[in-house]
Amino acid sequence: MTLLSIKDLYLSIHGTKILHGLSLSVEASQIVGVIGESGSGKSMTAYCATQLLPTGSHTRGEITLDGTNILAASEKTMCALRGNDISMVFQEPTTALNPVQTIGKQVAETILIHEPRTSKADAMERATEALKRVELPNNQFPLSRLPHEMSGGQRQRVVIAMAIALRPKLLIADEPTTALDVTTQAEILLLLTRLVREDGMGLMMISHDLAVVNGMADHIHIMQRGRIVEHGPVKTLFQTMQHSYSKALLAASAHVPDRNPPNTETPLLKVQNVTRDYTLPRQALFAKRGTFRAIADVSFTIHKGESLGLVGESGCGKSTLTRAILGLEQIQRGEILLSGEPVFTDKKSNRAVRRKMQVVFQDPYGSFNPRHRVSRLVSEPLHLLDTTPVDSRDRVVEALTSVGLRPEDADKYPHEFSGGQRQRIAIARALIIKPELIILDEAVSALDVSIRAQILDLLAELSSVHGLTYLFISHDLSVVRSITDRVLVMKAGKIVEQGQTDQVFDTPTHAYTKNLIYAAPQLPANVRTMI
Amino acid sequence: MLRYTLSRLQSLVLSLIAASIVIFLTVEIVPGDPASYMLGLNASEDTIAALRDQLGLNVPSYQRYWNWVSSLLHGDFGTSYTYRTPVSDMIRDRLWISLPLAIYALFLSTLIAFPAGILAATHRGSFTDVLIMGFTQLGVAIPNFWFAMLMVLLFAINLQWFSAGGFPGWENPLLAIKSLTLPAIALALPQASILARIMRSSLLDILSEDYIRTARAKGLTRGQTLYRHALRNALIPVLTIIGLQFSFLMAGAIIIENVFFLPGLGRLVFQAITQRDLIVVESVVMLLVFAVILVNFAVDIAYAIVDPRLRGG
Amino acid sequence: MVLLNNRNIVIGAALTAIFVTLALVSFVYTPYDVTGVDIPNKLKKPFSNGYPLGTDHFGRDILSMIMVGARTSIAVALVAVTIGMALGVPLGLAAAANKGYLLDELIMRSNDLIFAFPSLVIAILITAIFGPSALNAIIAIGIFNIPVFARLTRGAALSLWQRDYILSARVAGKGPARISFEHILPNVTNLLIVQGTIQFSLGILAEAGLSYVGLGAQPPIPSWGRMLAESQTMISFAPHMALFPGLAIVFTVLGLNLMGDGLRDIFDPRIRRDKS
Repeated sequence: MTLLSIKDLYLSIHGTKILHGLSLSVEASQIVGVIGESGSGKSMTAYCATQLLPTGSHTRGEITLDGTNILAASEKTMCALRGNDISMVFQEPTTALNPVQTIGKQVAETILIHEPRTSKADAMERATEALKRVELPNNQFPLSRLPHEMSGGQRQRVVIAMAIALRPKLLIADEPTTALDVTTQAEILLLLTRLVREDGMGLMMISHDLAVVNGMADHIHIMQRGRIVEHGPVKTLFQTMQHSYSKALLAASAHVPDRNPPNTETPLLKVQNVTRDYTLPRQALFAKRGTFRAIADVSFTIHKGESLGLVGESGCGKSTLTRAILGLEQIQRGEILLSGEPVFTDKKSNRAVRRKMQVVFQDPYGSFNPRHRVSRLVSEPLHLLDTTPVDSRDRVVEALTSVGLRPEDADKYPHEFSGGQRQRIAIARALIIKPELIILDEAVSALDVSIRAQILDLLAELSSVHGLTYLFISHDLSVVRSITDRVLVMKAGKIVEQGQTDQVFDTPTHAYTKNLIYAAPQLPANVRTMI
Repeated sequence: MLRYTLSRLQSLVLSLIAASIVIFLTVEIVPGDPASYMLGLNASEDTIAALRDQLGLNVPSYQRYWNWVSSLLHGDFGTSYTYRTPVSDMIRDRLWISLPLAIYALFLSTLIAFPAGILAATHRGSFTDVLIMGFTQLGVAIPNFWFAMLMVLLFAINLQWFSAGGFPGWENPLLAIKSLTLPAIALALPQASILARIMRSSLLDILSEDYIRTARAKGLTRGQTLYRHALRNALIPVLTIIGLQFSFLMAGAIIIENVFFLPGLGRLVFQAITQRDLIVVESVVMLLVFAVILVNFAVDIAYAIVDPRLRGG
Repeated sequence: MVLLNNRNIVIGAALTAIFVTLALVSFVYTPYDVTGVDIPNKLKKPFSNGYPLGTDHFGRDILSMIMVGARTSIAVALVAVTIGMALGVPLGLAAAANKGYLLDELIMRSNDLIFAFPSLVIAILITAIFGPSALNAIIAIGIFNIPVFARLTRGAALSLWQRDYILSARVAGKGPARISFEHILPNVTNLLIVQGTIQFSLGILAEAGLSYVGLGAQPPIPSWGRMLAESQTMISFAPHMALFPGLAIVFTVLGLNLMGDGLRDIFDPRIRRDKS
């Protein structure tokens, strides 16, 4: 019998239509992947199934969970079902737990709510058991831990423990690994798969990433604008795809932009034995301040026209390195040279050198002062010149045109653009001063796959037209592989491996690199030939 | 927890030292000589000099500061210039009115504000919410001393339920509390309005947090979620306001005492100002500031009880 | 226009405008002279011939006194807010730009210290030394406003300093002072306007309190607080003397608060999203 069955579901919130006749089903012991880009309505589908919709929602259709008609169920029935028969895991583990309650209490609460006759001690006992099942053994992670004392991955395990404590029939995981590092992601995916196999529960796995779901799901549904456009068993889906959207999605996920390999070996940026220490805040009024070494003895070179990748997980020192190269922070030891000139001289950053570098950041929303027009935003780096050029308006137009925007966009405000367009504006801002090196700091990580593919193409085109050199920083290995010539692998402030991109990815030598590459979710190997 | 308490204690002491220096310096720059002021125009040079000596005014300022602080630590607030009686005695009697009044008002304000704020937040947008928010809007706008006068007009003059002012002393505690009731209500009304608004917005913030959604996904009802997860966390900003309010209440009590002719610290300080009895002003101000700093310390400790994250560091 | 769609702003602005107009008109015209004593016409009830709000125990016209009193209240509160902003905002910006350094620590600790002195206590200290006057009331309320604006500015600026566009500005070679002025200040203006209206209303209340206890504007300058103080002994037989100045305070403060709330609704993106 089908565990969860959604038939012809319509949802509107305050009159805005979100779902248009969506149907899908989940069997016991089955992992069903639901894939879609942002705004496709995939999370709202999950909230429909648990009836945790925002106010002003209106649903039509049919949802049954193990015979219970969810849409007709009273709030009381739903409270009894949630956490007991149907559980959820959310995207953001840092905010999903009550910050002032111990993890033991929060896990035990699931049990106490549904089985009020359980004694506190029994509930705590069972909470220990649940935490052990998610690989948080009591001797390392006592029940008295508070969420802020744990890492993101560990917190996500606590959320999962709360969800599976009563062995529900259905678990809904809404982008459970999107906020996590690659290796942590792999562990969480493995954990979820194991729990499904052990308990025989159904798992609805919602993700924006085809590769993530590909590794674990039995069945995949692809969503676009509130509808399922394609679905099928994972083994055959990629071969049998019919719908243009799902084909395009797959193509974009595996997209590799056309690039010409660099033809010179002239060094542009030289980073030599760089070390950066941070002083930590005082623990007490007169206590000595401790230090934290963010980057330790890092050396590498970027050649003219090259695209160099830098991969590493959060906290490995990527951002510190970026700021040091850009001359925003002074380093304690070592030297950073651009075309042979130091970025930092006599405790002052060297403006003449800084003119040759620009940066593009990750967040297309936080990268612009919302109160300035595009023309002012894009022309900001001209401040690095000693005099403002008279043709600054022409330069803005030129930069906008070269990233595929129109000259009249110069007079608009950033909120009038989509995420992908904003990232183009950010690139235009980097181009305006005609730099030699552009640092791309997770520049495509926040974008949907189809937009990401377009931006990658743009970057490839710009580098060949303007002879640009890129330092491409990302946690996403597939993106790094598609756009870089050489790659550096960074861990805990050190470079552990470097080499030609293909070589590093195909035959990694350092254990950490191997781990990273093994953990990265992948599309089927022959996917390129399928499209 | 111990480490946190110690670090808070340390900042308590530092604030007290800083505050006492500020107060001392302010009074120090006052023009005129208290000794000649006390003795009147006809006093001879010798008697003035003798009194200056007796008051300890002939030593350098840093030493006078030290003398002042060290006697404060021993509970000695000096001698009033006008009444020639120990200031500590004068303050002690007055404090027995002002302090209970402030605490009474704080109690009332919290008692009104919590249910009102919670009700408004949980029924956001409803008629109840609009009504409560309307009342608080008015409550914030009404000057407490004017509200006090209107209450005197209604309850004391027209209805004769309460006396219009004065304080019968603590021999009969019920009577004493009764005579503090109108002043306490007058003080509490604006504070309750502010507190209810803060409670509402803090609760609304918390209710939109991810972990509230997690709790609902666990199967908790709305009521259980509110009680077990939202309320305690919403208290954190509310505590700050309660701490700040205490200082407003102490200060507000000074004005309200005037409306009800209560012989509290407020009356004392205004008499002292008109008589230029600076040592009394200085002592009362120091006492008020001490109370504020102490309450802030208590709030910091309460934080750590509500929010265990603070206990570690 | 967005501003006119918000009921709070319309009502609030209207109330505030009434009292600002009364204050401005009082410079050129008041129905009666407020300094003169006219014993034959003392304690007239409201709506009596020629005296819409009645007269006080000296026979002075209460409407005229409220008009001139509005001048005092508004001027004191306005100047006090200006002092608080002019000093508090730059301090807050500087503290945020130097977060974790000595300057930040110094600014924030002095703020804490001022917060330990409620505005009335500051006023008591100042009047004890310089004697009571409107100017001293302004200084007392103004000093109290400094940490309010400094903290608000610092808090908002700190979160803005984390934004990528600030990093972009630094990459463009801009220094902390320029960034504070170009990027931070424009993005905290909304907050400052909202807080400004609220501090303005608190200033009116504080001025009324201070003049009620005799620490504010001195006779013969009329002020709402002192009108209330003078009415107190006569409240049983001349309640109108207490009623109208009180209502003037309530309506002015209410108007400013409604305006502040309305502006906050418009400026706060979270609330806007809820409604769309």
